[in-house]
Amino acid sequence: MAVPDKLTDTLETLEMVPDRSERIQLLIDIAGRFEEVPPRLARRPFAAEHQVPACESEAYVFTEPRPDGTLDFHFAVENPQGISAKAMAVILGDALSGAPSEQVAEVSQDIVYQVFGRELSMGKSMGLMSMVGMVAAMAKKQAEAKGA
Amino acid sequence: MSEIESRGYVRPEVLVSTEWVANHLNDPGIRIIESNEDPLLYATGHVPGAVEVDWTRDLNDPVRRDYLGRDGFEALMRRIGVTKDTTVVFYGDRNNWWATYAFWVFQLFGHDKAKIMDGGRIKWANEGRPLDKQTPSYPASDYKAAERDDKRIRAFRDQVLQHLEAKKPLVDVRSPDEYSGKKLHMPEYPNEGALRGGHIPGAASVPWAKAVNPDDGTFKTAEELRALYEGDAKIKPGDDVIVYCRIGERSSHTWFVLTHLLGFDKVRNYDGSWTEWGNLVGVPIER
Repeated sequence: MAVPDKLTDTLETLEMVPDRSERIQLLIDIAGRFEEVPPRLARRPFAAEHQVPACESEAYVFTEPRPDGTLDFHFAVENPQGISAKAMAVILGDALSGAPSEQVAEVSQDIVYQVFGRELSMGKSMGLMSMVGMVAAMAKKQAEAKGA
Repeated sequence: MSEIESRGYVRPEVLVSTEWVANHLNDPGIRIIESNEDPLLYATGHVPGAVEVDWTRDLNDPVRRDYLGRDGFEALMRRIGVTKDTTVVFYGDRNNWWATYAFWVFQLFGHDKAKIMDGGRIKWANEGRPLDKQTPSYPASDYKAAERDDKRIRAFRDQVLQHLEAKKPLVDVRSPDEYSGKKLHMPEYPNEGALRGGHIPGAASVPWAKAVNPDDGTFKTAEELRALYEGDAKIKPGDDVIVYCRIGERSSHTWFVLTHLLGFDKVRNYDGSWTEWGNLVGVPIER
């Protein structure tokens, strides 16, 4: 299954920055673009079924269907210092919103290492991979509903 | 008497205030260390002069699920310019959760000139204190590390099994839902990193963050902490206690509270924690 084009482009851009300090600064800048899920979709307290398991930054994932049957992905990150979670949310939201659900459903959790490098703690890896996994699971549900 | 001393801790000297740190920024006998859960945070700004000790890059073996050995610790200490006489002061995000984890690892090597900045990173920032983006560099020291000693404050899988069979106290510091093994999601959603949900039989549930004041991340008073651990968890300072969470990071925070603030003299951190126990063949669980 093909990887969504925008995700491929994003990952290639990040891989062109091998210097760790520069990569960190790029991710911090990306996190700075984070916008929380709009109130028309979700308000606090956010429903538990939208919370990303294993994510210590208390992240949430929401979807909004587009007319063409694809999904927009929106996020909330309750930890005010959850910069990594916000960066991942921006990357996922930008790259996967509007992409074919069948492709999003197959996105590998390993993209976390392509974004952050291998030097991630076990806990941080699990949380970020869990966010990717949740996005993929939501897309899979959408794809199956379309196919039904 | 300082405000920290007034809280009634057994070892109040292990905690320092943000004010104390501000007054010791240029003290050559102090090394301030930031250790965070989020690997991007240090670069956004840190206490002036603070070095970063990153859990993955600096404290862990790159291949085995284990901490660095004597040579690695020695190299780390030399790199950050710490001598045997240097007092290291840890702080970080998330109520000093990873700061206490780094503090615990340093204790495996016996560097007991160590403190925690009460309230951590967020208290420092909320007080409007300066944050510096410059990464400091210190002259390398000639630190000679001791061999790592896992016996005193670290517990392994087989010890935990013996402990529970002897009905000795365990404290599970994860969230209530993790403790109960409650699945919040449909089966196709990601799991918590273990095949089975639940807790180690007999473990009391005391979520780690209950030890801090939510408004500013400072540790609660000794009286409040005793109510929590000696009341809710029914443990007392002379007990042989093992604490655990998912990976051993949150439980090091509880280890710190029990050992240094309440004066428990035998607390061990089971760092394999639920990611090991919940996937392990042949051990019991409870829900």
